[in-house]
Amino acid sequence: MDHITVTKVENVTLLDHFAGKTLSNGILYLTATHLIYVEASDAARQETWIAVHHIATVEKLPLTSEGCPLIVRCKNFLVAHFILDSDTICQEVYISLLKLSQTVLFEDLYAFFYNPKSTKEMRENGWKLIDPISDFGRMGIPNRYWTITDANRNYEICSTYPPEIVVPKSVTLGTLVGSSKFRSKERLPVLCYLYKENNASICRCSQPLCGFYTRCEDDERLLEAIGQTNPGSQFMYIIDTRPRLNALANRIAGKGYENEDYYANTRFRFMGIENIHVMRSSLQKLVEVCESKTPTVTEFLSGLDSSGWLTHIKAIMDVGTFIAKAVKVEKASVLVHCSDGWDRTAQVCSLASILLDPFYRTFNGLMILIEKEWISMGHKFSQRCGHLHGDSKEVSPVFTQFLDCIWQLMEQFPCAFEFNEIFLLEIHDHVFSCQFGNFLGNCQKDREDMRVYEKTHCVWPFLAQKKPDFKNPLYKGLNMYEVLDPSTLPCNIQFWCGMYNRFDKALHPQQSMIESLLEIEKQKMLQKLKALDEPPEELFTSCHFGDLLSQHPESPLTNPLDFMGDLHALSREGGLQAQKDQAKCQCGDCPYERFEIIGSFRAISISENVGFSGDPGISEAMGASEAIGISKASSEEASCSQQQ
Amino acid sequence: MEFSELIRTRQAQAELLSGPEAPALRGTLCVTGHHLLLSPKPQATDLWLLLLRSVDSIEKRVAGDSGTITLRCKDLRVLQLRIEGVEATLDVARSIEGLRLGDAWHFHPLESYYKRVALETDAWRLSEVNEDFSLCPSYPRVVIVPRAVDDAALARSARFRQGGRFPVLSYHHARSGTALLRSSQPLIGPKKLRCAEDEELLGAVLAGARPGAQGFIVDTRSAQTAKQARMTGGGTESKAAYPGWKRLHRPLERGRHLQESFVRLVEACGDLEQSMDQWLSRLDSCRWLAHVQEALSTACLAAQGMEREGACVLVHGAEGMDSTLLVTSLAQLILDPLSRTMAGFQELVEREWIQAGHPFQLRCAHSAFSHARSKHEAPTFLLFLDCVWQLGRQFPLSLEFGEGLLLALFEHAYASPFGTFLCNSEKERCLCEVRTQTHSLWSGLNQSKEQRKLRNPLYVLNPSALWPSVEPQSLRLWQGLFLRQTRPPERSEEVWEKVWQIVTDEKTEDSRPVVSAPEPQP
Repeated sequence: MDHITVTKVENVTLLDHFAGKTLSNGILYLTATHLIYVEASDAARQETWIAVHHIATVEKLPLTSEGCPLIVRCKNFLVAHFILDSDTICQEVYISLLKLSQTVLFEDLYAFFYNPKSTKEMRENGWKLIDPISDFGRMGIPNRYWTITDANRNYEICSTYPPEIVVPKSVTLGTLVGSSKFRSKERLPVLCYLYKENNASICRCSQPLCGFYTRCEDDERLLEAIGQTNPGSQFMYIIDTRPRLNALANRIAGKGYENEDYYANTRFRFMGIENIHVMRSSLQKLVEVCESKTPTVTEFLSGLDSSGWLTHIKAIMDVGTFIAKAVKVEKASVLVHCSDGWDRTAQVCSLASILLDPFYRTFNGLMILIEKEWISMGHKFSQRCGHLHGDSKEVSPVFTQFLDCIWQLMEQFPCAFEFNEIFLLEIHDHVFSCQFGNFLGNCQKDREDMRVYEKTHCVWPFLAQKKPDFKNPLYKGLNMYEVLDPSTLPCNIQFWCGMYNRFDKALHPQQSMIESLLEIEKQKMLQKLKALDEPPEELFTSCHFGDLLSQHPESPLTNPLDFMGDLHALSREGGLQAQKDQAKCQCGDCPYERFEIIGSFRAISISENVGFSGDPGISEAMGASEAIGISKASSEEASCSQQQ
Repeated sequence: MEFSELIRTRQAQAELLSGPEAPALRGTLCVTGHHLLLSPKPQATDLWLLLLRSVDSIEKRVAGDSGTITLRCKDLRVLQLRIEGVEATLDVARSIEGLRLGDAWHFHPLESYYKRVALETDAWRLSEVNEDFSLCPSYPRVVIVPRAVDDAALARSARFRQGGRFPVLSYHHARSGTALLRSSQPLIGPKKLRCAEDEELLGAVLAGARPGAQGFIVDTRSAQTAKQARMTGGGTESKAAYPGWKRLHRPLERGRHLQESFVRLVEACGDLEQSMDQWLSRLDSCRWLAHVQEALSTACLAAQGMEREGACVLVHGAEGMDSTLLVTSLAQLILDPLSRTMAGFQELVEREWIQAGHPFQLRCAHSAFSHARSKHEAPTFLLFLDCVWQLGRQFPLSLEFGEGLLLALFEHAYASPFGTFLCNSEKERCLCEVRTQTHSLWSGLNQSKEQRKLRNPLYVLNPSALWPSVEPQSLRLWQGLFLRQTRPPERSEEVWEKVWQIVTDEKTEDSRPVVSAPEPQP
């Protein structure tokens, strides 16, 4: 890519302020997709891989006696503090990184040239792995009250909703359209979750365009129809997740909230979750606290307090719990909205679903939930995550907060989730990495316009394949807990060190119970398999069992493996493991020396043999005489290597 | 200790083989507090009887639906019991195991620790100078001191230290050839007194350590407080008088302030109405986590001094019975793999807290709810347990015991049917005849039916030092203790139980096959 004016910088130091030691010198490589730092020491080679889409800010500090500091802050909370020798080169790297990280055109996002060397069919099947509509079937829909309609097939009713929506059977298309006209961004009330046991449901929408006096018959009819789907209850809740003041302010702008008098048998409640701007600045403050060097307990706690982050997490948990209790205990249906119904509404609806239904605490359940309530219902991932260079006021950690809430639940109910913390971190990585098509764009229509389903890969098969690493060994199964009733007392809401200080290894527990248990289970399983005299490859596709993985024929791409190095560190780090082929070059010469020759490339891949043989395909493509390390012809991840 | 608690099953059907030639004896096996009985017929008179104390070792094996217990007796007899039912076999075995040990009052942590030290170095000796508690009322009868220093010098040094607590060995770190000592403050006073024997003693410590070793004196008070103590007759070692020793001040909270911190934390934890802001500011202002951080980092400092700098370390504050013990015991836990085992940790608590004269009676008279204000209460021991819990959280595989043991120790320190934590010192315990009148907590714990709650199933011996992170992000509130009121303990017990199941591969009703969610249809 033309953005890269310098591809390799030697004599670079990476500081780690928590470990209390300065790493030895290393080499910094810039590629079109990653910034790679390789420690030069001969022993255990430390590598740090930073996906360019993860870079949030690049900061060049004034020259010091040690050199030119360059700080790269990432969306996954990695903060890399480099010190370069030369000011000129530092400036070049700085400019290159700025350009690289501020993608302007969506076609330049990694997902559009990420190529794991899988067939077209595998790629297409990948997109079919998770079908959010199938989840309604699980809820028994269609049934006598609810129907799945494709009324929005051309995005005519609502451009940010998916083509298929679930609405009361009794309403006409006219009512739906009428209601949509009365809702902000035409986001009319649709079903999110039906609690089969008592017919109480969770529906979601955006705020009504009611101002102070306006009414809409169709909207009132639709809400009444929703109320009637739950004959066991006399009333339905309407939850406005915003603080009252915010909602009032919206009234002046001709929007606002429902008047109980106009909507029969409803109970209206304000909640108090702040808007995206408050959340953005809260996270900013939190990150500053996490970054501060050796704070005292008081400094940390007061910083944590004034960031307000835990207050916001508690607010979201409170609303989620309120909705779950309304459905389970009061047997009442709940309609949820905020302003546009794609941020706070998505948070609390999906959280309430997790509380109510053990299915969403499984791998498939969580994937479906994210696909359903976030992706297809139009959470604006592209803007909230800042995928493209644009309006920074639209960026907000709404989805991060949702993952934080799940983590809070996992802390309180360690045996209730099929997955572990690393799964959440990995999802968080890919929301920002732009490596897969799922989180691109702001709604389903965007993704169709971008032809995401034809041109990119789906994230879920990639994650499903790494399931052994994400397993929670303490999980007690689907039937062990029904509805979760978490405590949202302040003392039970915790700071998630694993997320916000994720890359400060020195702060984490130095041994992991979960990893140790997974290892025990793995050993047991291997023993059983040995006893059965069966090849074990079907069961273990984790990075610990690298060689088995590459034999996995269906996998659309193979997880590059660290088979010699520190596996624990690797899985903790999560992070684009696909790219983190922590190659230990003990048995070959260092591939990085060749980067220079090649110039820029997309990704490297190193197989378990760590031999470096020429790959004609790549060599030809690049017109270079040498190829970077590819060997064993398995379904290895390709290095996408055309030169820009 | 109630023997009946240890008996898991009273009766079982069994067959006794006393030797290859002897005929098998079949009948009902009974376990009593002191004996094992076998009666062939319900009304038989020819009972077979075995005193449980005579059992030297016990071995159990199960096969099918019966089991065999092999008892090797102290009189060299070997007996085999074939018992019907696997459960019954295990229960009988566990009962015998529990009962045969009887009382743990026989355990002498100092003597046994000295045996270990003697294998590593001959620089130390066991001194009975305090046999009648006259030299130091808060020390045990025996203490470990430098071999080069005679009892007369010890007596002199004792007079120069507050409460007679002269420097004694706390831990010998074999790998670096250095020693950890503890004492109380020297009685320097306003006149800057010196004591040749005391100086000699510390000099002998350096001479007995690895060649060229220097010394660190970790004073758990601030430099200013230490200086001010001179006005009341105390003080701290001057550099000139103790060549080779360098003083470091690491102020640790103690006494009333620590108690207040505890009270305020518990208050904050019990408040169900507060907002997040209020909670965080109360958590901060009670300073409990800051105390945890300071205690751990001071212990790390002492441990680092030994392991990395190869220095001997003397720890003291004023009286040397509170924060001093906190630091020396934590430093050992960091450095010594043996102190992280179930038995080793109990020995550590016994040696470094109970025998070392931590005044449990005074410190633990009231807990956090009492309004009675007495200036002697302080949760120093609880702070120690919290620090151990933090270590266990950061190194979940390296401690042989779990949160359950720490909770049990906390509970027993404050109120206990056992005698272990009674009184303020060994002297008082002797006067009160605690050993003869009460039961030991250690035997109670070791024979508890709830072994699973106490033991860590994931434990593997970790030979290296455990350096915890003391950054605020790494320290957590000990929820299992402080949030007892608001958070049901079942959940953490459930986790513990599940871990046990995975490790021991048990199939109980809880571990029925996990029902997975339906796979999505492609």
